[in-house]
Amino acid sequence: MSEALCREGAAWVSAVTGTRWVGVIGLEVHAQLATNSKLFCSCEVRFGAPPNSLTCPVCTGQPGSLPVLNAAALGLAVRTALAVGADVAAESKFDRKHYFYCDIPKNYQISQYDRPFCTGGGIRLASGRFVRLTRIHLEEDAGKAIHDRGEHTLVDLNRAGVALIESVSEADLETPEEAVEYLEALKEIIRYAGAGEADMEKGQLRCDVNVSVRPEGEAWRTKVEIKNLNSFRHVREALEYEIPRQIEAYESGESARLPRQETRLFDASAGVTRTMRTKEEARDYRYFTEPDLPPITLTEAFVERQRGLLCELPQARRRRYREELGLSEYDARVLTGTREVADYFEAVARLCGRPKEAANWVANDLSRALADPEVAAGSIDELPVKPFDLAELIELVAAGTINTTGAREVLGLMVAGSGSPREIVAERGLEQVDDEASLEAWCREALEGREQVAADVRAGRTKAIGAVVGPVMKASGGKANPQRVREILLRLIAEDDQPRP
Amino acid sequence: MTGAEGADACDLRAAILAGERSAAETLEASLAAIEERDGELGAFLSVERDTARARAIELDRRRAADPGAAAGALFGVPVAVKANLCMEGVTTPCGSRMLANYRAPYTATCVRRLLDADAIVVGVTNMDEFAMGSSSEHSAFGPTRNPWDLTRAPGGSSSGSAAAVAAGMVPVALGSDTGGSVRQPAALCGVGGFKPTYGRVSRHGLIAFGSSLDQVGPLARSVRDLERILGVISGHDPLDATSLPLPPIEPERPDRPERLDGLRVGVAAEYVGADLDAEVRTAVEAALEKLEELGAEAVEVRLPHTVHAIPTYYVVATAEASSNLARFDGVGFGARTEGDGSLQGMFAATREGAFGDEVKRRILLGTFVLSEGYHDAWYGRALRVRALLRRDFERAFEKVDVICGPTSPTPAFPLGERAGDPLAMYASDTLTVPTSLAGLPAVSVPCGFASGAADSPLPVGLQIIGPALADARVLRVAAAFESATEHHRPAPTSAGDGR
Ligand SMILES: [Zn+2]
Repeated sequence: MSEALCREGAAWVSAVTGTRWVGVIGLEVHAQLATNSKLFCSCEVRFGAPPNSLTCPVCTGQPGSLPVLNAAALGLAVRTALAVGADVAAESKFDRKHYFYCDIPKNYQISQYDRPFCTGGGIRLASGRFVRLTRIHLEEDAGKAIHDRGEHTLVDLNRAGVALIESVSEADLETPEEAVEYLEALKEIIRYAGAGEADMEKGQLRCDVNVSVRPEGEAWRTKVEIKNLNSFRHVREALEYEIPRQIEAYESGESARLPRQETRLFDASAGVTRTMRTKEEARDYRYFTEPDLPPITLTEAFVERQRGLLCELPQARRRRYREELGLSEYDARVLTGTREVADYFEAVARLCGRPKEAANWVANDLSRALADPEVAAGSIDELPVKPFDLAELIELVAAGTINTTGAREVLGLMVAGSGSPREIVAERGLEQVDDEASLEAWCREALEGREQVAADVRAGRTKAIGAVVGPVMKASGGKANPQRVREILLRLIAEDDQPRP
Repeated sequence: MTGAEGADACDLRAAILAGERSAAETLEASLAAIEERDGELGAFLSVERDTARARAIELDRRRAADPGAAAGALFGVPVAVKANLCMEGVTTPCGSRMLANYRAPYTATCVRRLLDADAIVVGVTNMDEFAMGSSSEHSAFGPTRNPWDLTRAPGGSSSGSAAAVAAGMVPVALGSDTGGSVRQPAALCGVGGFKPTYGRVSRHGLIAFGSSLDQVGPLARSVRDLERILGVISGHDPLDATSLPLPPIEPERPDRPERLDGLRVGVAAEYVGADLDAEVRTAVEAALEKLEELGAEAVEVRLPHTVHAIPTYYVVATAEASSNLARFDGVGFGARTEGDGSLQGMFAATREGAFGDEVKRRILLGTFVLSEGYHDAWYGRALRVRALLRRDFERAFEKVDVICGPTSPTPAFPLGERAGDPLAMYASDTLTVPTSLAGLPAVSVPCGFASGAADSPLPVGLQIIGPALADARVLRVAAAFESATEHHRPAPTSAGDGR
């Protein structure tokens, strides 16, 4: 961004003209559906298999082969549509979209053109802005053309025919930050719907951006499409480059520089967008109804079954966690990071009846264990600690059988697979020591030579007692009940204050 | 076919099962006939002698080992298949240089079902390139000749299948019909040819031309053979989403199969217009009289949109073809020409070099009618007219049980006569295209002869059209007609087997 433009909130303000410019952004997001087989054949879907090992006559476009729709893909697509509050069409159809390239074996892609299975719906951002979805449609993925292995282009068709949904938003977004927030929310919804992993690294989520700019209060201008955005960061960077580029072009007043309708590619290493093809070179896809596939009819029963399989979505869960369980916004966010974690947390909370404690343990200690490379758990479900175990641990703490320090130690052993909390506590003798005589002995010992603490406490600064609690816990090997220790210490200091007989 | 003159597939199977002849002997007779005749006819693109012989021996062994075991409906019957039906281990050239050496990695459902019924595939038959043509002259491998007159076209595009059956090289063959490609060559070669209701026979493994029109159909010398083959190849196939969820076509078994009492036969003025060949008209009129003799009642029907059928067909079929043939680009299969070294250069050079003129013409036409700005005026309008053509038939079938008329406006025409005139060639399909657009079942059966050159009469075909799913009714009418007439009996005199 040149010095002539300066960012103020959602706007870019021109130092020269004083005009406040805003971005007008729409996103087209392709997401792979997590089906076992491809959209129109029974080939397995797997990342990283040897090239062309997951192919058949259908997905290699052999003459005479015919597509047959995978009903599982349709189910996942419908679930995603329901998750964004969209309308699911009772009848929709497939169309052929034609373009010649070596990675689409038929030189047409089976997609949906004028009658997608889903229209409407949308996603609400944290700011309250509602981003409308135009449509979601089903289509097959292309294969991969590999250009960097010698003089010939190589083609891998393992991905050809994999089920995709393309979600097209209205141009309701204004800033690069909003675009990324929208993408993150969409990714979260797709994962929550169980429709896909939406992992950008694995190419399971791909994004094209439409962007134009307008002076605040005016209509939007010529829109430009940006392709080749392989991460959320690229989306942000491309927009951070492209929006000022367009504004500066308008501000310059030079007609040759004015944005034109075109497709641009993002060059991640240079951080710039470059013209890929202009409107004159735009493709004519020659859409027409796919004659090999009958129309898709979705019965109410099918749609309702998918609705039943759809769990509560993250935004709704967060609201419930805050309002009904009294959790903080931060904890609610951590706990709804993935559907697995949220489901896990809810199971623990239900089992022990203590949602706040459950939230603390899941959001902090368990999340730490999950992030530990040595634990090597891909998801919370893979930990040896099941919700039932964690609930038991929380109950042990609540009943005073162990203290929090001991519980942390027990959890560490549980993560390592050493058994149930009760077993571990019994085996290792980690029960809290409540026996008055031992506690008092440790307390008296700790007070020796700490007259200043006693003085502070007597002066009303009871917090000073903490300095003595630590040594007592240490002396007890961590097993002392800290609550009891505190009480005894206060009593001893108070007694000490009485005139000795 | 030496030793089996006049025998149809049903007879051959019965003779083999009765121990009167072996499957191997039956096959050898067929191979000998091909050897003798095909040099001048050019019906086959390849003859699969070795695999066919191995299979015949295996069938005979199976029979010898357990004479009581169930035998397939086509046990030991030699069949020929059109070169657009995929079969593992066999080249499927589709009449094109593009697929001259293409070996499909899988077998078409209809061929699989033939094999499962114990038939023996003897070879792959010639056709117009990608089934685009009505004479075989668009085959990249040279034309097939009409067994009744070697200077004339056998019709097309299932040219080789029709000629092979007419010349007695095989009793039955598979063809495919997009706008008449089974019925028209059947008519011109004097054999029976059936196009089923769209969706009754799986298209899995049929190399697509016009996907919403293509149907596989049999060619045979008797109606009961057509019925027999249809019983084998029809029925739902989960590998074709447009395949109807119905069981195989089951023949009607009326009490008096030779009679057609109470049958209402529709006659459409649009099908017997002024451009109909006079001798074809005479033969078809005689056939209609014969149907009345059998108890049928002739009823006049109107099919007012027939005049639009050819233009509509050439928009719909070429649009679909331009899409279906897009996959032939030199990348994954078929011919490849490197061109200027770029990807687009390879696509262009491959397609320029390996497609014939007619295919290119239709791809260009189809690409145009789907182009932005022209799409609705051409393709969109064609779809609307197609719906009107369908409605014509629906209305007519409220009044009648079948509609009868000629299959082709003319008998076999001389090779070369229409080759340079696409519109004249397209007119060959005037009477078959409407039923294709409507997806209806129709059969062509021999109904007489026109006078050709000296000593070589030219067959005329009667087309019997039924409403959707009335495949069995169409066959029943054809069978009654056949049993009351002798038109199906004569064989081409040039057949050289002394019949
Ligand atoms: Zn596949």
